[in-house]
Amino acid sequence: MTTQSLAEKMNTSSTRKITVGFSLLMLAVLMFILFVQNTKPGETATFGTNLSGPNQPVPIPDIALPVQPTLYALIGITLVLAVWVFLRGTRGSGWLISIAVFCFVVAFLLWATQDNSFNLVGMLSTTLISATPIVLAALCGVMSERAAVINIAIEGIMLIAAQTAVVSATLMHNLYVGLIVAILTGAVVAAIHAFLVIRFKVDQIVSGTAINIFATGATAFIAKFYLQKDINLLNNSGTLPTIIIPGLSKIPILGPVFFDNTLIFYIAIVLVVIVHVLLFYTPWGLRTRAVGEHPKAADTLGINVYLMRYVNVILGGMIAGVGGAYFTIGSVGRFDQDMTNGKGFIGLAAMIFGNWSPIGAYLASLLFGFADSLQLKMQILSIPIPSEFLAMAPYIVTIIVLTGVIGRAVPPAADGKPYEKQ
Amino acid sequence: MEEKLKKTGQREGKRASALVNNLFLPILAVFTGLLAGAVIIAITNAAALTAWGHFFQSPLKALSATWAAVASAYGALFLGAIGNPKEIVAAFQNYFATGQTASLYKAIYPLTESLDTATPYILAGLAVALGFRCGLFNIGAEGQFYVGAMSSVFIGYSITTLPWFIHLPLALLGGALAGAIWGAIPGFLKARFGAHEVVNTIMMNYIAELLTSWLLEGPMKASGYRPVTPTIQVTAELPRFFPAPLRLNWGFFLGLAAAALVYWFLFKTTLGFEVRAVGSNPDAAKYAGMSVVRNFVMVMALSGALAGLAGAAEVLGTDLWIGQGFSAGYGFDSIALALLGNSHPVGVVLAALLFGALRFGATSMQSLAGIPIDIISVIQSLIIIFVAAPEIIRWLYRLRNIRIEQAVLTRGWG
Repeated sequence: MTTQSLAEKMNTSSTRKITVGFSLLMLAVLMFILFVQNTKPGETATFGTNLSGPNQPVPIPDIALPVQPTLYALIGITLVLAVWVFLRGTRGSGWLISIAVFCFVVAFLLWATQDNSFNLVGMLSTTLISATPIVLAALCGVMSERAAVINIAIEGIMLIAAQTAVVSATLMHNLYVGLIVAILTGAVVAAIHAFLVIRFKVDQIVSGTAINIFATGATAFIAKFYLQKDINLLNNSGTLPTIIIPGLSKIPILGPVFFDNTLIFYIAIVLVVIVHVLLFYTPWGLRTRAVGEHPKAADTLGINVYLMRYVNVILGGMIAGVGGAYFTIGSVGRFDQDMTNGKGFIGLAAMIFGNWSPIGAYLASLLFGFADSLQLKMQILSIPIPSEFLAMAPYIVTIIVLTGVIGRAVPPAADGKPYEKQ
Repeated sequence: MEEKLKKTGQREGKRASALVNNLFLPILAVFTGLLAGAVIIAITNAAALTAWGHFFQSPLKALSATWAAVASAYGALFLGAIGNPKEIVAAFQNYFATGQTASLYKAIYPLTESLDTATPYILAGLAVALGFRCGLFNIGAEGQFYVGAMSSVFIGYSITTLPWFIHLPLALLGGALAGAIWGAIPGFLKARFGAHEVVNTIMMNYIAELLTSWLLEGPMKASGYRPVTPTIQVTAELPRFFPAPLRLNWGFFLGLAAAALVYWFLFKTTLGFEVRAVGSNPDAAKYAGMSVVRNFVMVMALSGALAGLAGAAEVLGTDLWIGQGFSAGYGFDSIALALLGNSHPVGVVLAALLFGALRFGATSMQSLAGIPIDIISVIQSLIIIFVAAPEIIRWLYRLRNIRIEQAVLTRGWG
């Protein structure tokens, strides 16, 4: 409507060329002022490539980079990209911007490390681990929004699933029971959301908000009323074991990052692939997307719009249930109040950032996970930026992404609209 | 002539039935929410549960145990929120007879604290309601509350030489302005780029929270170990009506005045008409020559200002300083309020009074009956659902003739 036509106007090639090119130039200037000016010539930054732990990959030497020459090289690349945009237009600008942002991040790391050393593998590993709950939340969003049901209840679903997982796992002394219970919990809560918005046509965001408030209240109530009174009986499950994949885990850098993780990490990656195949290569996926884009047409062709919506929302809820299990039985083995800490909402942002596609959502989740791990590592390196500001980065990035400067995210056409059969 | 009279009569009748409907549904929703809360209290009560285990031997005992559990919890809630009516009457009689204030203050303490708790709810609820009227979902009241409170506390403690009639308005204005900026950013992004305000306001909430936490640890930290701000100057305080510990202050009337102002703005001004027109049908409003973009930015700024004012009133009237996690989820509660109040200023004020009483009373319920305070959130979420899905209420109570007009609240991500 109005807003869209404005955004399109903004995207007309010449303005966009100037905006993108100018932003890249600014980025190069910023890198010079912030990083080159604040480092001394002759410094060498060392990036660790080995991780201590039971799984020892084939050792390789650490990467040592001369700080200032590398910074100049990175600034050079960014300038070339800026010139490219000015000369050749903005086709493929998503990639150009990604490369420029990557250069900026590397430059930032060089500046932060300066004459110190810094474990690169450790950070990559933390990135993937932090991205796990985010991508599971994002996949839940992708599943339901492809069928045109907005689900901002993901945060609440994960919180409730986190609690049921740890309680059932502790009671049954079996972590896999906990995982299954979490998945079922996710299904039930998502089904309630689906029922409210499809059967009763409750505003989808209102219903999601109500479920989130309910989840915060109910889990806190149960935690205070029961869990605190008998921790060992109810709230002390231990965590899912780390699975080290033999052979592959010996590959330097990649081994410890990808092949030495907990079960839920692998489930998340497999789910990304499954959801991608399901949505884009199966009749089911085609129907789902039809329901999300043009429910009336889908209905005319004999697709049961309501059924597709119910099933997709519930499947999404099951994925979010796995995400909830990650917080308790996947990482710390106990439930703390409000422990999902907004990861469900970040997952929602990752879904939008990833343009409602599973793989895009995973890449976006990695970005958020990276910001998370960066914040943790920077506290160790004692750089003069308060950790709160680093923690803000993903939220600010989300807001910038939503403006569509980097490439407009287009939701399914019927997203958020209840369907009325005639 | 006769026909005309008949018509007005019909209209009057319609208006009356609309009033009944508008009040009926929220009251039933609240009642059902409290009933569900009672069920939760009963099934979490050990004595009641064991009694139910022996239901077939002694059914009366099971019922009486349940009644005892619920009555003790809700009794504590009522005493905590309103106070003991007998004591209040006696204290008033005593006051008029002897002029003694000590017992009077003690008796009206719960009631005044409930009103004080309701103050930020009134303002934040108005913020969300105003957004709804324009078709905008402001989930960012929480963040706007934070920045509003932080900036008014800063003005409150850092300026030391101003007389109160300049200092206090300045501090309030600072809070409102900070909230307005915080709200206007997502409003502008929506109007200019079509970025959905729900996600953006959630992001702004996190940014505000982190900013607050940094300010409390660093630039605005008072001397000492704890991450808290210094206490504001006396000249920036919203004057209180009674001596401590009663904290009811002018902020409450500020909230009522804001409600009146929002009512006037929405229903008596051309701008307010435009806001409602854009809210009910942006396309039609656009073809009628109204600027949707301007309305989005203006309403989000005003909404943010109200939420910022809620933060300002809370710190300038009640808390007087800020520590970590000082907002008890006002942002999310205010969504429930706006829905319960049907986005009407009068409805919001009534809903805020109810929630203020529930929230403050729940602290007594927690200490006296051992029911965790979080049960209020559960009840709130159920109330939201019942208000948003009147069909459930209609089905529960077998109501057929109650027609409730539902406003379209949000429109996807677009």
